[in-house]
Amino acid sequence: MSFDTLVLAVCDGVAYASLVFLVAVGLTFIFGVLGVLNIAHGSFYALGAYLAVTLGLTMVKAGYNPWLTFPALFVAAVLIGAVLGGLMEKYLLQRIYDKEQVLQILVTFAVFMMLENIQRLVWGVQPYFMSQPVQLLGNVSLLGISYTAYQTLFLPVMAIIVLIGLRTFLRHTSAGAQILAVTEDREAASAIGINAQKVYFVTFIVGASLAALGGALAAPTTSIMPGMGAEMIVLSFAVAATAGLGQIEGAAVAALMIGLGRSLAVYVAPEFEVLVPYILMVIVLIFRPSGLFGAPQLRKI
Amino acid sequence: MAITTSSLPAAARTPWGWILLALLLVALAAVPFLSASSQTFLSIVYAKSVAVLGLILLLQAGQVSFGHGMFFATGAFTVAFLGRWMGGGGDLGVVLLASIATSVLLALVVGVFVVRYRYIFFGMLNLAFSMVLYAILEKFFHLTGGSDGLRIRRPTAFGIGFTRSEFDTVLYYLTLALAFLCALLIWRYLKSPLGQALKAIKSNETRLEYIGLSARFVMLTGYVISAALCGIGGALLGIIQGIATPEYSYWTRSAEFVFIAILGGVGHVAGALTGTFVYEAVRTYAAAFVADSWQLILGAVLLAIILKAPNGITGLVEGMVARRRAGQGEDAR
Repeated sequence: MSFDTLVLAVCDGVAYASLVFLVAVGLTFIFGVLGVLNIAHGSFYALGAYLAVTLGLTMVKAGYNPWLTFPALFVAAVLIGAVLGGLMEKYLLQRIYDKEQVLQILVTFAVFMMLENIQRLVWGVQPYFMSQPVQLLGNVSLLGISYTAYQTLFLPVMAIIVLIGLRTFLRHTSAGAQILAVTEDREAASAIGINAQKVYFVTFIVGASLAALGGALAAPTTSIMPGMGAEMIVLSFAVAATAGLGQIEGAAVAALMIGLGRSLAVYVAPEFEVLVPYILMVIVLIFRPSGLFGAPQLRKI
Repeated sequence: MAITTSSLPAAARTPWGWILLALLLVALAAVPFLSASSQTFLSIVYAKSVAVLGLILLLQAGQVSFGHGMFFATGAFTVAFLGRWMGGGGDLGVVLLASIATSVLLALVVGVFVVRYRYIFFGMLNLAFSMVLYAILEKFFHLTGGSDGLRIRRPTAFGIGFTRSEFDTVLYYLTLALAFLCALLIWRYLKSPLGQALKAIKSNETRLEYIGLSARFVMLTGYVISAALCGIGGALLGIIQGIATPEYSYWTRSAEFVFIAILGGVGHVAGALTGTFVYEAVRTYAAAFVADSWQLILGAVLLAIILKAPNGITGLVEGMVARRRAGQGEDAR
């Protein structure tokens, strides 16, 4: 493996890790607060990508400035997160917080099945592609190789902004403090006047929007097609589990690890590309069953 | 908690139940003579119901796996590989035993790892493993035929070669026998101490360990049995349809099993056959009209069942029987 391919693999890996991080951090954030692992999260990712492409391409076709595809990415993400995420939390999840865990899992799984189908009904099975944002930002050269600025700069910067933003939001704002309080003890938080229901609602929308943002930002770099949602939910779960469920900073480390591992595999042993994230996850979980940064749970008798 | 009664099929609590069960078996055994057209349909129902039984077994422990398609695929591909290696499709007995062996083996390897986890981890780790298998089956196409899959030739049945239509009848009785045999065995298993321990994982795992049983061992046993059932189901369906494809390991297939298990009712083993029959019947007749939105409908029905009738069809029937009995009791007084 030459030095150039190594640099190429690292660029690939970092770009990919940034996208996976956005999705995984949404998943792990929702789990941390609500205690529900949302399987439909993968669908939010896919729908974010589809909507971003549709919005972007419609604007380009209508003759607007192609730079407007950038805001379209964010608009699509927030729309999917707020509308679909909001509806799902308000009309479904609120009914099941006190039910058995296995039923909660099945409910989000049922939503996943429905959303995957709706996505196929609306957008069909043909692949979509929107390269404008990548072309507009052009290439940068890095250690002798030329790579798209979108992937080497824009995506990692977005991931870092989200990471720092989420940390600041949770630690240094009143809304964040309320979320942490509800996570710690829902009843006690309610007793001192925090609207736990609203906290859940907002958390879910934020998490869902992050998944959709991951999808929207991924849209210019790959062709989007059916099945991407299913792949992403498993992958982002692998990242969240490797980090330890509920660990936000840990998710960044795990995403980087899995992203780099996968992109190295692409160049070294392409057959094993799909396997690498899971092999890494299994290795970590064998030695640390609650993930790299997770604390073992106490068992109640 | 009504552990002892819920493990009994409603049909078996009275001698009348056993008689009804025998009548049902006789009626089903007569199908090839009466209605040859529904023969293959029912064979598929029996084959799938064996796999669904595996999911019901895990749900008894409160666990749900979104990846049991991997054992289904393992069973089917074992038949395909072994049939090709033995030449002419191999022999029914041998390929079935081999598919049990391979799915048990895979379940031991995967199981040692996944039984350390419960609920969402258990479900998602199974999903991850099944997607890995799916990717392998698709990627190594020179071995597995890629997404087209492998053809399964008609095997001989216990040393005897049959023509197509004769073989279909043999297969019908074999799947029927296996479906009932497996259901009976699982019913017995759930009543056994080990089966009761499996249910205790759902109610309180720590107390289970306090009485000196290893929860992991109990769970691993259940996991391996459920995998073997899925392996048998996959092998049978592969033989019926004459093909093994990577799609058997795809998440939609695993989701289908979960769906059928919930639809039939996870309360007891009768849910497997009931659920599969209703599911396949609706799918055969309705899917042509709603092929595009089938998954959507499944999801919506799944939501409705979970929120409104969490015990499925058998739960509804049991409830009705119980209410009638209660009604009769009041009449007698």
